[in-house]
Amino acid sequence: MFGIFTKSPKPPAASTASAAGWVHRLRSGLSHSRKKLQDSLKGLFGAPLDDAWFEALEDALISADVGVKTSSALIAQLRLAAKEQSIQEASALRPLLKEALVHLLTPMQRTLSPQGHQPYVILFVGVNGAGKTTTIGKLAQHLINQGHSVLLAAGDTFRAAAVAQLVEWGERNQVTVITQEKGDSAAVIFDAIAAARARGIDVVLADTAGRLPTQLHLMEEIRKVKRVITKADATAPHEVLLVLDANTGQNALAQVNAFDEALQLTGLVVTKLDGTARGGVLAAIAGERPVPVYFVGVGEALADLHPFNAQDFVDALIE
Amino acid sequence: MLDNLTERLSGVIKTLRGQSRLTESNIQDALREVRIALLEADVALPVVKDFIQAVRDQALGQSVMQSLTPGQALVGVVHQELTRLMGQDSAALNFATVPPAIFLMAGLQGSGKTTSSGKLAKLLHEQHKKKVLLVSCDIYRPAAIEQLRILAESVGVDFFPSESNQQPVAIALAAVDYARRHFHDVLIVDTAGRLAIDETLMAEIKALHAALSPIETLFVVDAMQGQDAVNTARAFGEALPLTGVVLTKLDGDARGGAALSVRQVTGRPIKFVGVGEKLNGLEPFHPERMASRILGMGDVLSLIEEAHRNVDHAEAQKLATKIKKGQGFDLEDFKMQLVQMKNSGGVAAMMDKLPAQLTRGLPAKGGVDDRSIARLEGIINSMTPQERRFPDLLKASRKRRIAAGAGVPVQEINKLLTQFEQMQKMMKMMAKGGMAKMMRSMKGMMPGLH
Repeated sequence: MFGIFTKSPKPPAASTASAAGWVHRLRSGLSHSRKKLQDSLKGLFGAPLDDAWFEALEDALISADVGVKTSSALIAQLRLAAKEQSIQEASALRPLLKEALVHLLTPMQRTLSPQGHQPYVILFVGVNGAGKTTTIGKLAQHLINQGHSVLLAAGDTFRAAAVAQLVEWGERNQVTVITQEKGDSAAVIFDAIAAARARGIDVVLADTAGRLPTQLHLMEEIRKVKRVITKADATAPHEVLLVLDANTGQNALAQVNAFDEALQLTGLVVTKLDGTARGGVLAAIAGERPVPVYFVGVGEALADLHPFNAQDFVDALIE
Repeated sequence: MLDNLTERLSGVIKTLRGQSRLTESNIQDALREVRIALLEADVALPVVKDFIQAVRDQALGQSVMQSLTPGQALVGVVHQELTRLMGQDSAALNFATVPPAIFLMAGLQGSGKTTSSGKLAKLLHEQHKKKVLLVSCDIYRPAAIEQLRILAESVGVDFFPSESNQQPVAIALAAVDYARRHFHDVLIVDTAGRLAIDETLMAEIKALHAALSPIETLFVVDAMQGQDAVNTARAFGEALPLTGVVLTKLDGDARGGAALSVRQVTGRPIKFVGVGEKLNGLEPFHPERMASRILGMGDVLSLIEEAHRNVDHAEAQKLATKIKKGQGFDLEDFKMQLVQMKNSGGVAAMMDKLPAQLTRGLPAKGGVDDRSIARLEGIINSMTPQERRFPDLLKASRKRRIAAGAGVPVQEINKLLTQFEQMQKMMKMMAKGGMAKMMRSMKGMMPGLH
């Protein structure tokens, strides 16, 4: 796995090579949970087409966190297609369903290319426990492997030992971490940008404290962090990434809405996809507030962060 | 908290209220709405199906036939069933063992185990007067041990240090030994987050459990978790003899359906809910109240209980006597109220507990925040003691001076005075008795509402 991302600065080749690898990871991770879904679907795809089939399929989508609204829409779409193409066999609908999901998710697929600005400032936000700090650790490794120089900003000044956690990631990746004894988030990140500029570093990964969209004072604080970043560099932040836990249910949609409204998100990172959760809520997000997905996290090792690929994601969801 | 589900069900019930009779077809509609609402609230599908079935059976049975108002009967059945699903009583922690009583925390990554350990330690230390020892067996996540150490320090309980190159079982056993020798009542063992399908780590926590024989094994669940909550809960429930559940991050706007799913699958009571980022944000779970809240009746009881805990009783007594003597409620008292509101978890935490009907008209986001309380406090601080005692003194020139002092426009002073007057009215009402009356006028009292 470590050999996949070579020093070559051009990621496309690397990402195709890794695709098989991460799909495998995703599949093996999902296999336990998906068994039930697959079993029910396998049984279904062989059966003749009737209402029960559509209902069971809708249930399967709902169980994968796709959400009532998006599931209903997908099923309605399939019903229409079945009628138009006078499909009699359920198995004939399977590629159509996958196609519909891929069609829904493909616009979300986006590659991170930290170029055009130096330093390229990436701000990470999200609710508590989504995996922001871990994602930064992994992404630092990913970017270093692509030949970028990286600097981390320990902007989570609230949670106990959050700074120490990031510092440890910094040590593992051998990159500098900018911290402050007693500073606020905005000040630390401001300093980090200045430091990165002075040292000619390519990318700044800025960590922030976890916050729930209902904590209005914390949402106000993160807006301030963004404003202060703009003061350090008028073009920054170049990316504002929301880190989403794949275990999250329909609230993920509310998170995307709230953070997008407050900060104008440029992308998502979906973490913990190696568990039994399927991250189906991405389909709901695609339908209602499409924000590009840059990466998915499929494990705890440094190399377990992969570019998001709609086809692979759907393949892993419905085999 | 469960606002959205509350609103949804309130809506369904409203449509039922408009109808004179409850027929099979309009139950069908209502139940479909309930089903969608529960699914959107992330209640797991199998749990939703059971729930709907149980409600349908009961609604079409005797209770409805005998009822004069079928709409109310259905609300009753839904409420009853929700309560039943979430457990009957508020379950207390078990300490009945030779000390130390060992509490083992388990859950997925990022569910909030470490924070909950800290909050639990504070609660046991302050409310149960227990001597608590905290230990972390999380040797994987960078700085997890350090995080718990800092929490222990800020809570003011003992911490048993560990290193990430030690084995979890060895750490835990050493901590038990230490707790025994130092007469700790409770030992809280924090563990690393783990996936239910990670066989190595599940074996590790099983070994921990076997070595410790904890009296409480608490499963920590994120209230935002989706459909997979059933799978995770089942796996943890099969691996460990869980004794209870801690539901975290309930102050978010997640509809919290995971509460129902996990309760159903594990069969274990939800013992606590985590709210807010402050370390006192751990509250007992009340299934009955939660059901009421889901149905739009709010969680007023919890609010009162919490206010009771955070309010300075001496001050409150002074205020009560003062009002009884007819001395009136002045700006100094108003300021004290604001400070207490801030102490009881802030406005957001309080709003959360009010019934949906009451808060529906209020701005959902923006407007109400702790900062506006601080601003009001600042304004009152810019007044002379005499002005605080006799607010009638405040005329244009004094207002200008205060505004300059507090760094706000004069309109803010007027707004504060209006709010103060409303509060004054409410105090009079309260003196005459009647909590219901007071709750109705709550809207006017909330500072910072525009």
